[in-house]
Amino acid sequence: MNSEELSELNPDADGVRPDPCLETRNLSLRYAGNRRALNKVRLTIPRQRVTALIGPSGCGKTSLLRCFNRLNDLVDDCVITGRVRLEGKNIYAAKVDVTELRRRVGMVFQKPNPFPKSIYENVAFGLRIRGIKSRRRLDEIVQESLSAAALWEEVKDRLHKSALELSGGQQQRLVIARTLAVAPEVLLLDESASALDPISTLKIEELISELKKNYTIVIVTHNLQQAARVADYTAFMDMGEMVEFDTTARIFTNPVRRRTEEYITGRYG
Amino acid sequence: MKRSLANWLESGAPWVWLNAGAVTLCLTMVFGLLLLLGVKGLGHFWPRPVMQARYLAAEPPATIIGEFAASEIIDASELNSISLAEDNGAVERQLLKLGNRDISGGDFAWVLTGLLEDVGYPAELAVLERREWGNQYGYLSGLRQAGAPVLPVEASAGAGEARWSELHSRLDRARDLRREIERIERSIIADINFGMERLRLEERRLVFAGGDSADALRENARQRESFDAQYAEIRLRLLELNRQIQRDTALLRIADGSMVEIPVADIVRAYRPNAMGWAESLGVYLARLIEFLSGNPREANTEGGLLPALYGTTVMVMLMSVIVTPLGVVAAVYLSEYAPRGWLTRIIRVSVNNLAGVPSIVYGVFGLGFFIYLAGGEIDRLFYAESLPAPTFGTPGLLWASLTLALLTLPVVIVATEEGLGNVPASLREASLALGATQFETLWRVVLPLARPSMLTGLILAVARAAGEVAPLMLVGVVKLAPSLPLDTQFPYLHLEQQFMHLGYHVFDLATQSPNVEAAMPQAFATAFLLVALVTALNLSAVVLRGRLRERYRAMDT
Repeated sequence: MNSEELSELNPDADGVRPDPCLETRNLSLRYAGNRRALNKVRLTIPRQRVTALIGPSGCGKTSLLRCFNRLNDLVDDCVITGRVRLEGKNIYAAKVDVTELRRRVGMVFQKPNPFPKSIYENVAFGLRIRGIKSRRRLDEIVQESLSAAALWEEVKDRLHKSALELSGGQQQRLVIARTLAVAPEVLLLDESASALDPISTLKIEELISELKKNYTIVIVTHNLQQAARVADYTAFMDMGEMVEFDTTARIFTNPVRRRTEEYITGRYG
Repeated sequence: MKRSLANWLESGAPWVWLNAGAVTLCLTMVFGLLLLLGVKGLGHFWPRPVMQARYLAAEPPATIIGEFAASEIIDASELNSISLAEDNGAVERQLLKLGNRDISGGDFAWVLTGLLEDVGYPAELAVLERREWGNQYGYLSGLRQAGAPVLPVEASAGAGEARWSELHSRLDRARDLRREIERIERSIIADINFGMERLRLEERRLVFAGGDSADALRENARQRESFDAQYAEIRLRLLELNRQIQRDTALLRIADGSMVEIPVADIVRAYRPNAMGWAESLGVYLARLIEFLSGNPREANTEGGLLPALYGTTVMVMLMSVIVTPLGVVAAVYLSEYAPRGWLTRIIRVSVNNLAGVPSIVYGVFGLGFFIYLAGGEIDRLFYAESLPAPTFGTPGLLWASLTLALLTLPVVIVATEEGLGNVPASLREASLALGATQFETLWRVVLPLARPSMLTGLILAVARAAGEVAPLMLVGVVKLAPSLPLDTQFPYLHLEQQFMHLGYHVFDLATQSPNVEAAMPQAFATAFLLVALVTALNLSAVVLRGRLRERYRAMDT
């Protein structure tokens, strides 16, 4: 980590300059048919802060997010160039264990996608994959994760009921608990509150603020108010390019680029 | 008026009516078919009244006794009988089952209804179902034990009742004796035969191998002597039992007034249909139905049961399922999860779909050429050399029939499984992968459990198809009458190399190959009903399973 990269992160609201966690350099991504989704993106995600990715539909926010846990690998004919570093290590290097990476970088999707299993088994899924068999250990982690996702009190009496019986908001928190259970360092939330009602959304936002004490969080959102409420840093993207990245306060009150200002104020397009 | 017609067309109502009409038509046809088969097939077991009449067309007029089977109206000109020459209109004629095939030569006869006189249904008329030669109709007029009359031959009503109860007790005795004979033949004699055959093969093997085998051959001969001694003993016992079972005979006065003596051992069932009430008829009906489902066929399959066919069909279908399920599921998993998405995969998938459309007889020919002659012949040369030239596996049999049908139904299983795999939402795969699961772990823990119902659907569709398939089976193992079930007490218990009977082929055989068409027809209907009911039940359970699968996904969408 050199001082040039550190200097990219401006001090946050409290005047603290956070450490970088995820960095992208020259990151470009092309899908089949030569459709360019990302163009030389340069971004530094601060550790234990909430970073919001905003921008119009199709600007590449989700593509960028899915580069961080290499979920784009599943897409046929998807070409990625450039570097993505997690804690200084290139995650696209040849010898990287992708399953290990995905454990370290958890992801929550737009629609709640619990497995059609019990609540307990949903949370224990990642643990069983890792080979944890001890009943006591599983019980412990399931409870911790559900508590961390603010769901324990609501489901503790029906852990072995189907997860599909939960409401949408509860399901999304269950998915967060499932992700937390494998102890990731980074949490990626892909418009994770957009399919929920306002009260559930509020709960998820409170949860995000709570979780950032322990996790580096990156959220993609269409909701500018949400970004303003929960994010410490905000990145504005457009047409696959990183237009502006700064603290949320500065992006929303005093953006440098014209395009950012137009988007923030709703005059975009 | 015009306006409202246009409105009606626009509302889509005609379209709904068209669809509903199509559904109604389909359902009507399916249930109509089942109803026809059910009535014709299952009604056959109900004991019908036996008619006695004088038939004037015979020269001189004769008494006839028989069961009504069918009737039709025909034009008098079609008849070559001159007795109706003056009546040129339509005449009714009816088909009567006269029985007594051993005496009259034919089981059934057409008679003109108008020439029947003194039609009556005497309560004393008896039906004797025999093991051979079909039914015998007449009046029970005496019983003999070892040639001597048991009860006086007379016609008083009370004496008749006494004769009937005496007949039934003697029928029970004969049945017990027959059971004992069958037990001896099926287990003890089969054991001895099996042991002798083993010794013979062992001897040949020893001779083939050459070298010093004198001791082994001596031991072999000693064992054979012991088997021979056992067999001689059992043969004596069997002779004694056979003598005992032949002891009783029944005397029957038949339609032409002559007396017929029938060994009680040859009678399957005796009853007086005209004297029976509703409950007694039901008893006979159930007994005949049970015999149909659990007995062996008699009289060129036209009577008795179809247990061997039912059993053969079931065992074959089960073997086929065991073969086709793992193969089909694994192939589908490869095609949909691992195979690279290229032109080659597309060609393979199209080929698999096309395989489902290949005429089944082609599979039969393939099974005969590849499985039986090539694989079976090779197995014989390698493992059963001592019994050649008599083939063991190099001949049609249960295993080859199951393999051929597995090949035939493979596309069904592959297509259904692939569909199920494709229906698993991508979001769940991503969720699993994002938690650090490998592709295999995702497949094993998330995708396959969700695709399980559609695999089952595929399997059940395959089973339904296999259960109804006949054409290829004729080439690879099904026979008209199998001497024994492919399952017995001899190691290895399930004889995969044996030929077997099959419901579908049984229907074909009854409908087209029977020497006694009129007698075979109801049996064919009953067999067809059983087959259709089996296939319908399997398909219905497939529908239920599919419904459950969809419900599961619906719950996930919300």
